[in-house]
Amino acid sequence: MSILSPRSAKQGCGGQLRRLVVLWCMVLACGLLGLGGEATGQTVGGYERADIEYGLTVYRSQCAICHGEAGNAVPGVDFRAGQFRRVSSDREMRALLATGIPESGMPPADLDAAESAGIIAYLRNMNFDTGGITLGDASRGQLVFEGKGECMRCHRVQGRGPRVAPELTAIGRLRAPSTLRRSLLDPTASMRPINRPVVLVTADGSRISGRRLNEDSYTVQIIDDEERLRSFDKVDLREFTVLAESPMPSYADQLSAQELADLLAYLVSLKG
Amino acid sequence: MKRLPIVLSLSLIGFGGVATGQVRSSEIETSSFEPVTWERLVNAEEEPQNWLMYSGTFDSKRHSRLDQVHNRNVNRLELKWTHQLSALDRAETTPLVVDGVMFITEAPSNVLAVDAATGRPYWRYEHELPEDLRICCGRNNRGVAILGDTLYMSTLDAHLAAIDARTGNLLWASEAADYRSGYSKTAAPLIVKDKVVTGIAGGEFGIRGFLDAYNASTGTRDWRTYTIPGPDNPDNQSWSGDSWRTGGSPTWITGSYDPELDLVYWGTGNPGPDYNGDVRIGDNLYADSALALDGDTGDLNWYFQFTPHDVHDWDAIQIPVLADLEVDGRVRKVMMWANRNAFFYVIDRETGEYLSGTPFAKQTWAEGLDENGRPIRRPNTFPTPEGTLVAPDASGGTNWQSPTYSPRTELFYVMAFDGEAEFYIRDEEYIDGERFTGGGQQRMLPIDKYTSAVRAIDPRTGNRRWEYQVRPQTWSGLLSTAGDIVFGGTIDGYFYALDAVSGQELWHISLGAEVRAAPMTYAVDGQQYVTIAAGNVVYTFGLIEEVD
Amino acid sequence: MPTGKITRCFLLTLLLAGLVSADLFAQVDYGRLRDATTEPHNWLTYSGSYFSQRYSTLDQVTSENVNDLEQKWVYQTSVFGPWQVTPLVVDGVMYLTQRPNDIVALDARTGRVYWVYRYATPAGQRSCCRSNNRGVAILDNTLFMATLDAHVVAVDATTGGELWDVEVADMDLAYAFTHAPLVIKDKVIVGTGGGDRGIRGFIVALDAETGEEAWRFYTIPGPGEPGHETWEPCPPNSSDYCDPEAWMHGGGAVWLTGSYDPELNLTYWGIGNPGPDFNRAQRPGDNLYTCSVVALDADTGELRWHFQFTPADPYDYDAVQIPVLADIDRNGSSFKVMLWANRNGFYYILDRATGRFLSGVPFVQVNWADQLDDSGRPIETPQPPGAPTFPGVSGGTNWYSPSFSPRTEFFYVPAWENYASIFDGGEWQDYVAGRSFTGGRPTTYAAVPDAPTIPVARGPINDWTDATGHGAVIALDALSGVQQWKFEMTDVITSGILTTASNLLFAGARSGYFQALDAQTGELLWKTNLGGQIASAPMTYEVDDKQFVAIIAGHSLSVFALRD
Repeated sequence: MSILSPRSAKQGCGGQLRRLVVLWCMVLACGLLGLGGEATGQTVGGYERADIEYGLTVYRSQCAICHGEAGNAVPGVDFRAGQFRRVSSDREMRALLATGIPESGMPPADLDAAESAGIIAYLRNMNFDTGGITLGDASRGQLVFEGKGECMRCHRVQGRGPRVAPELTAIGRLRAPSTLRRSLLDPTASMRPINRPVVLVTADGSRISGRRLNEDSYTVQIIDDEERLRSFDKVDLREFTVLAESPMPSYADQLSAQELADLLAYLVSLKG
Repeated sequence: MKRLPIVLSLSLIGFGGVATGQVRSSEIETSSFEPVTWERLVNAEEEPQNWLMYSGTFDSKRHSRLDQVHNRNVNRLELKWTHQLSALDRAETTPLVVDGVMFITEAPSNVLAVDAATGRPYWRYEHELPEDLRICCGRNNRGVAILGDTLYMSTLDAHLAAIDARTGNLLWASEAADYRSGYSKTAAPLIVKDKVVTGIAGGEFGIRGFLDAYNASTGTRDWRTYTIPGPDNPDNQSWSGDSWRTGGSPTWITGSYDPELDLVYWGTGNPGPDYNGDVRIGDNLYADSALALDGDTGDLNWYFQFTPHDVHDWDAIQIPVLADLEVDGRVRKVMMWANRNAFFYVIDRETGEYLSGTPFAKQTWAEGLDENGRPIRRPNTFPTPEGTLVAPDASGGTNWQSPTYSPRTELFYVMAFDGEAEFYIRDEEYIDGERFTGGGQQRMLPIDKYTSAVRAIDPRTGNRRWEYQVRPQTWSGLLSTAGDIVFGGTIDGYFYALDAVSGQELWHISLGAEVRAAPMTYAVDGQQYVTIAAGNVVYTFGLIEEVD
Repeated sequence: MPTGKITRCFLLTLLLAGLVSADLFAQVDYGRLRDATTEPHNWLTYSGSYFSQRYSTLDQVTSENVNDLEQKWVYQTSVFGPWQVTPLVVDGVMYLTQRPNDIVALDARTGRVYWVYRYATPAGQRSCCRSNNRGVAILDNTLFMATLDAHVVAVDATTGGELWDVEVADMDLAYAFTHAPLVIKDKVIVGTGGGDRGIRGFIVALDAETGEEAWRFYTIPGPGEPGHETWEPCPPNSSDYCDPEAWMHGGGAVWLTGSYDPELNLTYWGIGNPGPDFNRAQRPGDNLYTCSVVALDADTGELRWHFQFTPADPYDYDAVQIPVLADIDRNGSSFKVMLWANRNGFYYILDRATGRFLSGVPFVQVNWADQLDDSGRPIETPQPPGAPTFPGVSGGTNWYSPSFSPRTEFFYVPAWENYASIFDGGEWQDYVAGRSFTGGRPTTYAAVPDAPTIPVARGPINDWTDATGHGAVIALDALSGVQQWKFEMTDVITSGILTTASNLLFAGARSGYFQALDAQTGELLWKTNLGGQIASAPMTYEVDDKQFVAIIAGHSLSVFALRD
């Protein structure tokens, strides 16, 4: 009864064997990506590139209406992040597509063999980036992350670092490499709306800054700069400002091309 | 790419002229969420505005000192907010509240953090589970534990997960057992100093039960105590042959703790196979028992077995309720236990000495208990191939649902069931991961012919002070408060408040689905709230006018 | 065990016998349906009455006492996903449906269940959008439900026993029924869904007694039928992008309950988009009667007039909205109008006797068209590739019920503002029976690439914020379309709107709040947090002199009334 190494809840594997398989696939995929350049050849992480591209068209016409273009429009399911609710293996995926999930309203997909192969290849590789991002060395990248980049002044990885900025423990699984690169070079333009910093002034004049977690028409939930969870009725606020500028600096001029590539490799390696 | 204007600055004084029926006082600022130290947990009683563990306090009285809501104004409760769980299984969860933040678990193994005053969510953690889980009785989770800034949750695939309470991110998950052999976990863990104590489920699948303690920081297992002693222990002789290996005796509801005695109290489940005792001759220790374990080492300090050689599935999976009671002229440290076998026990919790025991629900299987608390069985009550009618039925005079004890009324309240059934026996071989019960039971009459009731028991005499009948078979837990109220629910969706002294119903509301969880209460900014999960919805009530 | 079974059967029979008493016996003849507004304590059709104003003359709950509303009871369903039904209430009994195709009869005062009828929905049904059902219709003592596998069933309103079950279309071809039927005289009228899967749409009327088909109107006219010429022949050498038989799977679905004018004897229905949704090159022509409203003779199903909102639609701008009818007097004139806030972002006022276009103005930001010409036809201004089109694919509004209040003479729209999609002209798609047939898919316009956008159904955490659109209740002067006020929300809106004679407006927020506004000013008067997505419309009724307001949030139906 051993302890697993820290892992994120959203990993698709349950049993020992499956963990090993995924680990191997990750190694393969990381290996392919990490070999100093784009994924070359016809396969990506074990899937045919042609299947992935065909799968994209199948996805757009059959699945995107509910699952969204980014694969995260159904609560609890996020294809890019590898978060499948009910399936782990490709075989289970194929079976689920054939039957649908009647009680939740997912109809059967009725795909031929090529479409089936395509869809699965695409779903497994929604995070795959064909943009030719250069990835360096992850261990050097960790030194940049913890040293020159000063990322841990705001970000948290595997239990270390503050919670004020979004946690990065699984960021390599949740974001495509191109997205990560964009965040490093132009954080303000890349910042997701939910992460834009907020400044609140309450009725008695207290000024609170933090990051939004949730919001509705009447209330807003934040984690403040002291890492407290706070909820406010908007009626009780004198001011509620969502800032345009990201507090994260741009690394465009700070890091050399090699350092950037290394840092990216480290971030991509953070799978939770 | 063109940027949309993204600076939004809203001046909000006088926005909408909102009149919501009551004005929230912001004079008493509930500080958001200080780390929950061990000292806070030990003294949880002193901060009744919070609910820091599954049963409220380590003695599991499930009694709150809050009295803003009391037996003269409880009919002025109104619904303050609702949260709908994104899960298909009836909720069995008791949320925690820590400084204005509520932590709710939902089936199968997820956690949601919400603002306790408004119910609006902060974050949600979803634990991924394998498809081939084998669970006996519903995919559920009864709650988390908290220590420092970390939540601890049992998962259905038999792991203990540690989750950052501020962000909802997973810190680690330790495997307690292999789920494929039928192991599962549903109960809220219990914090004991720097450890997380957690039990195991799967008794119907022929497991060997145990209780674990994990280091709260690292997740390494500090100790494991098997609920079935191994061959080097003379108590192992209470199992014939090798039947001890698949003897069951799980530990699937949260226990209690006495900080002064440094003893962890936990109930164990039935021996397996459930109904066929022939393959496991002997008392079958320590199935159907109360165990007292050393808080540091997990060593067994004492045990008390309620039902030796049980053949009716009468788990002792109940919450040990600890109190100081006057017995025969002196104050004793006791444990009160309304057992599934329909007897209500009072036991000395220092030594395990049996003090008293009386039936609290219908039973036909025992003449009574001898001077050591051992049952004097009636003849012909064992399961037979043709069936034998016995009361209570397998689900028992009560089950896992939370009882409560009020130090004010000095009454013990429990949701009781007067059932009976025909018990059958059959031969069965143990197959890894398959159900292993050796028989079954069948109720002969429609359920409406039986009685469920909230019963108020005087622990000193075992007498029933009053009872409040509800639709059978109700599984709701109970809560008592210093406002002299007992809150409970019913299987057909009612939530009600009873006068703790007289049992008179003071208020009720229809919530549309079975209440299977237990109520809890807390306060934010000076307002008391009462929360209950019914069906798949969490409802929170408070008084209509705010009372300072 | 035999003994147990017999006892149970016996008890059940007793129970049913006891139920066949006055309480459950509903005689809702056609006259009562026609005059539904004279019995406001009941709610006899999906939209309340034939004019579909979703307006009630009940006024026990007012702006002064609305803060004394308390939740009286809840009914929880055990099937998850957005629950879109509007219940009926008939003389103290509430009838609603729950997914996939159950009918539940409840006591409207206490919420206790009388019976549940379960239609066995087969596994292979191909309805769009998470398998919904929006309610039943009633005539005499019979309830009618249209099912996901394109059947219509008739069920006894007292016992829940099935009376007849008719297959209307082939579910394997993706025909599916999701809306509440409309009963007119002796017929039950139902339209079909499946517009995104290459069906040929229709509206059918069945005899209420037998289920026999009385008439059928195809929303896509066939060769020789008027309107077929708007499915134009393909140009020469165009077989790689144009389909000469496009009309055969032209779409034109009908998935929302229509309206009826008893004096004109016309029944009005909104028709959905053509298929493939996003590729107009594959189906040249205006594509009648897609994205139109049709007025049919209620007895024969013959088309009397039509009006097309969006010709040759490449944006999926279904005209599947509730046709709201009103008689408005202004400046000495009487107007018999149809009011329509369309998915395409324009608000239309039509003469409901003739279909003549009276006026049309945008009610949200619109840039796919500049304006409407004198006949109501849009003057299109398609956006360049990659640029956002307002409104986006889900529309400026959608199927969520609007409301018209004769008191304020305002028309209230549940609208999505600041919401756009990027349409790329679509792509060729081969038609395969029963399969999704959309010709591509637009993307939601988001300022930050890869950021989350508006999900189809929401969970507890809103991480898309209002950056890609937000909801609003917009009040328009009914006859001019001029905006009177706007009540904005953070998330988009999927709730319908109810108005009452005491000038209250009830609407839900998708985040789970149920709100009461002043119908004249838009001021927020009361709200409650119901903790789950609100995806249906509120309704109101009265039992034992007590007015109740019912709304569904998440998987719970909550009913409110004034505190005793």
